[in-house]
Amino acid sequence: MTFSLRSVLALSLTGLLCQALRAAAEAVDTLPPMPLAIHGAQVYPVSGAPIRDGLVLIRDGKIAYVGPAAGRVYTADHRVLRAAVVVPGLVDARGTVGVSGLLNQPHDQEQVERSAPIQPELRAMDAYNAKDELVAYVRARGVTTIHTGHGPGALISGQTLVVKLLGRGSDADVLVPAAMFATTLGADAITQEKGKSPGTPAKAIALLRAELIKARDYASKWTKAADDKNPARDLRLEALGRALDGTQPLMISVDRARDILAALRVAKEFGLKIVLEGCADATEVLTEIKASGFPVILHPTMARSNLTRHNVSVETASKLKAAGIPFAIESGFESYVPKTRIVLFEAAVAAANGLGREAALAAITLDAARLLGVADRVGSLEVGKDGDVALYDGDPFEYTTRCVGVAINGQLFPAEVSAP
Amino acid sequence: MFRFFCVPAAWAVWLWVGLAVSAQAQERPVAFRGAQILPVEGAPIAEGLLVVQGGKILAIGPVDSTPVPAGAEVRDVTGKVIMPGLVDSHSHVGGGSGVGADGSAPIQPEVRALDGIDVADASISKARAGGITTVNVMPGSGHLISGQTLYLKLRQARTIDDVLILLPDGTPAGGLKMANGTNSRRDPPFPGTRGKSASLVRERFVAAQDYMAKVARAKDDPEKRPARDLALEQLGEVLAGRRVVQFHSHRHDDIMTVLRLHKEFGFKVVLHHVSDGWRVAKEIAEAQVPCSIIFVDSPGGKLETRDLSVRIGAVLEQAGALVGFHTDDSITDSRRFLRSAGMAVRGGMSREGALAGVTLANAKILGLDARVGSLVVGKDADFIVLSGDPLSVYTHVEQTWVEGAKVFDRSVPQDRLWAVGGPGAGDPRRPHYCCFGDAWGLIAAANGDQ
Repeated sequence: MTFSLRSVLALSLTGLLCQALRAAAEAVDTLPPMPLAIHGAQVYPVSGAPIRDGLVLIRDGKIAYVGPAAGRVYTADHRVLRAAVVVPGLVDARGTVGVSGLLNQPHDQEQVERSAPIQPELRAMDAYNAKDELVAYVRARGVTTIHTGHGPGALISGQTLVVKLLGRGSDADVLVPAAMFATTLGADAITQEKGKSPGTPAKAIALLRAELIKARDYASKWTKAADDKNPARDLRLEALGRALDGTQPLMISVDRARDILAALRVAKEFGLKIVLEGCADATEVLTEIKASGFPVILHPTMARSNLTRHNVSVETASKLKAAGIPFAIESGFESYVPKTRIVLFEAAVAAANGLGREAALAAITLDAARLLGVADRVGSLEVGKDGDVALYDGDPFEYTTRCVGVAINGQLFPAEVSAP
Repeated sequence: MFRFFCVPAAWAVWLWVGLAVSAQAQERPVAFRGAQILPVEGAPIAEGLLVVQGGKILAIGPVDSTPVPAGAEVRDVTGKVIMPGLVDSHSHVGGGSGVGADGSAPIQPEVRALDGIDVADASISKARAGGITTVNVMPGSGHLISGQTLYLKLRQARTIDDVLILLPDGTPAGGLKMANGTNSRRDPPFPGTRGKSASLVRERFVAAQDYMAKVARAKDDPEKRPARDLALEQLGEVLAGRRVVQFHSHRHDDIMTVLRLHKEFGFKVVLHHVSDGWRVAKEIAEAQVPCSIIFVDSPGGKLETRDLSVRIGAVLEQAGALVGFHTDDSITDSRRFLRSAGMAVRGGMSREGALAGVTLANAKILGLDARVGSLVVGKDADFIVLSGDPLSVYTHVEQTWVEGAKVFDRSVPQDRLWAVGGPGAGDPRRPHYCCFGDAWGLIAAANGDQ
């Protein structure tokens, strides 16, 4: 086959055009996004009362106005979007998206390292893949911020982070690089692999206590030692030191009442700041949880009944709410199919089973943001907060409603379906 | 043109002949008055009357034009919605992985779900709480042929015999579970490739053809009959069209393999899961092979489900295939089966198609549509009373009725416990199903390690 001069020219031109388009796309990516004017038949700021025929203005990545649309003018450079319902970008209080990948093959499962039962030195930053397809998948349904990282399956499997789902693979996407320590008590952390895992719940607690005592001694050596006599740095004990001084809480995955109480006992002994995660049996120990003052990241409402969750209930969220225990709802960790849950769908079932729409929405927006310490940036539609919004063509909790728009920092991303 | 599954009507009728009416069915007619009725076959009735007697539907129609029979007990259900009891074409309630083959060989059609199901398992009560009245309990997908499935009517049950659907010869109705793709690949004697998987299956069906020919030639002469072979006997039932194959298949090329086997051996087959079905929807519809599909909330979890889509129901519907949904309980929860219909509509399927997907389409898929799947005079009085729109998350199943007997009532505390969960709702005796403790175990199994 021979090329004519014309076809060679055409090919070069096509190549040049492609390059130009690519350059333009990159330039757009680095430019501040176009200001947005988002009209909602219903706007739910979460921090305040719902607004009928509301308007959200976003400029330079931040929310510039939230209120009634009537009488509010905005400049012609705004991109105008319309939806039935506008809510803050959703905050998933705990998942493993980006760390436990879509394919579920050894090369994309980074959520647990089984060489030792306690490895708090493993950073989520070193494991998170912003380009995993599940990141875009959950974002297309309205999730804009997620608390992700190491998963259940080891006593302390590593750390977590709070990240905005900008999908850039940039450290700048991260809101909290070292958020919590993923800790698991009960059956999920117990295997029969001798030396690599505790074999009973009591042994798990014994191992955890021993390690915390070591970390306390290590920290006190650093405090007491003269500068030239510091002990050798130990990343593991250094990390646990942050759990001991309360700067990085232990997020403890527990379901059974016995294990919830064990977690509270350890927290009390060491003066730890903890977050209870999972908590299928929470309703059996509501008084103790309430008295501890610790918040709960509640298992997905549709969590399967299994070994530790055989009494799982769709009404637990409403009971935590009634007891005045701060909580948020999570997508959690899934080992098989679906590879991740959608936190919106889990809140929907809670909404329909005693929690109600408003509290359910708060559990995946502002309450989650507060629990994660990022409520100054995300979780509600308030002037000055990040331009993170999710748009729906109806009640977001209904099965048949679709997400029609998502913005993070005022930048639009593909939604489940395109806005009309 | 909507093409129905090629179960001959005669076959479906034959299946039901000789079925005894439930002993619990009421003799006095009961009339449910005032609900919106969604019969699935026929137009919705805004304010309807449903009359049941002797376990059957006696009358159905608008309140204004449907007389209440003399002596009937009238129940006011104004403001509620009544629709047919849900039919789940693929579930693992009642025993999880214990109901099928055992991993000793890849082809075990002789193994019966009948011998492994525990009707006292919490999952059965939870299925009733979800409005499921008929369910196909399947062995798992870890074998090319993992055993005989069992169709259950979720009547109140003390033993497995109480929930069976009996054929005229007294044997329980059910299908045959087959699988291809990665779940059924392992170390020998299991196949290591897709080609080998298909080849092993073809070899056994050819053997079954020979076996059946010998049986036929022997006529009534016991001397000439071949030694009875439980496995080949069941494959013979499949070849004779008396037992339908329910074929786990995700990827588009695996689906085409199923269609190829279907054509070669002429067995009746239903495609299950069909994750990649949107790629070959035209071929599926042309082959007139129905699909039993699942809605899960995200793709992935294994390589062959990486491309599954919430649009699958819509695409198959538009191609003209018969589409039912399944829970695959405990992959999805029987109590949220109506959610599948909602998700199908989310993905673009018609509302009518979605409601049929949890009722009549599945009844056809199981060959039970002469008796279940829609609210039509003469069919079984299997229905559910809902608090509202079946496709809304806010709707609860309030009552479930099987053959005129109430098997679930949300206003009864024990039943409510099954519906919402909580202390006592679990079944701590055994972990359900196979796969949730350890992703690594699953990946290892899929990759051929144990």
